[in-house]
Amino acid sequence: MSVLVFANATEGKIAKAAYEAIFYAKKTAEKTGGNVTALTYGSVGEEDLKKLGNYGASKVLINKNISDENDQTLTNLTAAAVEQEGAKTVIFSFDPAGKAIAPRLSAKLGAGLVAGAITLPETDGGKFIVRTNVFSGKAFADYEVSTDVKIISLLPNSLKAEATEDEAEIAEFTPEISQGKLKVKELKTRSGDGIPLPEAELVVSAGRGLKGPDNWGIVENLAEALGAATACSRPVSDIGWRPHHEHVGQTGIAIRPNLYIAAGISGAIQHLAGVNGSKVIVVINTDPEAPFFKAADYGIVGDAFEVLPRLTEAVKKFKAAN
Amino acid sequence: MKILVCISKAPDTTTKISFTDNDTKFNEENVQFIVNPYDEWYALVRGLELKEAGGGSVTTVTVGGSDHDPIIRKALAIGADNAVRINTEPQDGYTVAKEIAAYAEGKDYDLILLGKETINYNGSQVGGMLAELMGLPYVSVASKLDVAGDTATVEQDIPAGKQVVEGPLPIVISCAKGMAEQRIPNMRGIMAARTKPLEVVEPAGAAPLVTASKFSLPEDKGEVKMIDAENAESLIELLHNEAKVI
Repeated sequence: MSVLVFANATEGKIAKAAYEAIFYAKKTAEKTGGNVTALTYGSVGEEDLKKLGNYGASKVLINKNISDENDQTLTNLTAAAVEQEGAKTVIFSFDPAGKAIAPRLSAKLGAGLVAGAITLPETDGGKFIVRTNVFSGKAFADYEVSTDVKIISLLPNSLKAEATEDEAEIAEFTPEISQGKLKVKELKTRSGDGIPLPEAELVVSAGRGLKGPDNWGIVENLAEALGAATACSRPVSDIGWRPHHEHVGQTGIAIRPNLYIAAGISGAIQHLAGVNGSKVIVVINTDPEAPFFKAADYGIVGDAFEVLPRLTEAVKKFKAAN
Repeated sequence: MKILVCISKAPDTTTKISFTDNDTKFNEENVQFIVNPYDEWYALVRGLELKEAGGGSVTTVTVGGSDHDPIIRKALAIGADNAVRINTEPQDGYTVAKEIAAYAEGKDYDLILLGKETINYNGSQVGGMLAELMGLPYVSVASKLDVAGDTATVEQDIPAGKQVVEGPLPIVISCAKGMAEQRIPNMRGIMAARTKPLEVVEPAGAAPLVTASKFSLPEDKGEVKMIDAENAESLIELLHNEAKVI
């Protein structure tokens, strides 16, 4: 019996969210028993394979013949690993790959799936209950899974992964499986070393209060000083000031960073839904009546054009001193 | 091209959420329901655009009781040719996928589109399950879709950037922002929708794989700590020493 983790790799790099999934699996195995096996594919380097061990895998299965993300091939590969390892729990990250492969595997195996988990499974009394966000972050649901094999996909940033010196045994895994029909034609990795928003621990976000796309420098400067990702409200992405993958909220993406700084966003219920899983929320707005202040931990009534540059300078000073 | 668009019902985005029956059921009282925005704005509208460009038909399919009819009429008003409602309450993503697969099997749809998730359960499950049950390829969270001949080309936002994926028809695709622009139905569309066919079919029957045992609401945040704008710099110290997030 083991806990199997699908560790997605893009161009041979294992995603940060996959290490969280490994650590989550380790914590799950402490409750359910068994060891953690990581499954990955492609040209993953030795350093990344080693890190899978550091975060909690005792065994790593790698299929080097599969080079790109193919939903059917990877579902079949995962199903073969479930069988070989006798896995009773399978963990994915709740990212586009996990959103494709976990439901496929669920239907293939008739195994219950809890998608977007934010807690470890509660296993008291022989039950298996996992919490997720529902209503786009406005509420939680506790899902009970009673199928023999259980599948969980983990929302990024739901727990802090801790590494140890532990190492995993690494084995090639090349079962006979049928191949899927999709082909990745092109991969455009994000320019620069920007942090993918769903994985970011710190996020600086802005809304219509910024008055125009040319004013985003002050947002980017603060984000850069902090090492944060940038985000925006829906109106801003709808009018094309910012790319749509930055839109957080009910119809954009839901994030749960450690720190969410929102400037010039009033805090409509739809926006709050996407960010209220954030550990700490800072709101900067000229309007003291902005509803967002009610959901904030820290608030500054002031003009983003003055406050953001001052915060940037303060962060730089703080970083220099620490 | 024969296009099937999966449509589900969701509470309006401004809805205040509450629960009944010992926190095991969503309280639908006084809730305004809409077509799930991802299904409507992106999957349906992109399906209509593809039909307008290349001919064919757009059928919507919904799993649910007759209380779903208003949102189905809305989809017809936006431009779908006809609609199918599978007459059973959705229990989990799997039962929905099973019912749609049972209906769509053998009907030769070239393209099955749906939103990347519903705004009520956010599971992103039905598309992948449906694809697996029908033995079709699946692309999740697509922001762009084009079809040429028998091939679909799909753009997808992934954590590392953007990925362009190609697959043969028939294919299942979950649609996200970027795919299309919302369409507001006009009076003619609304009138036409009244007489467009809405077929009600009986369910094949499927058992759920998971059950929601309890719902809860996030705890209220404590008092917000206000910082004087003149003293904005002190925020950084607070984030370090008090909140411990930097």
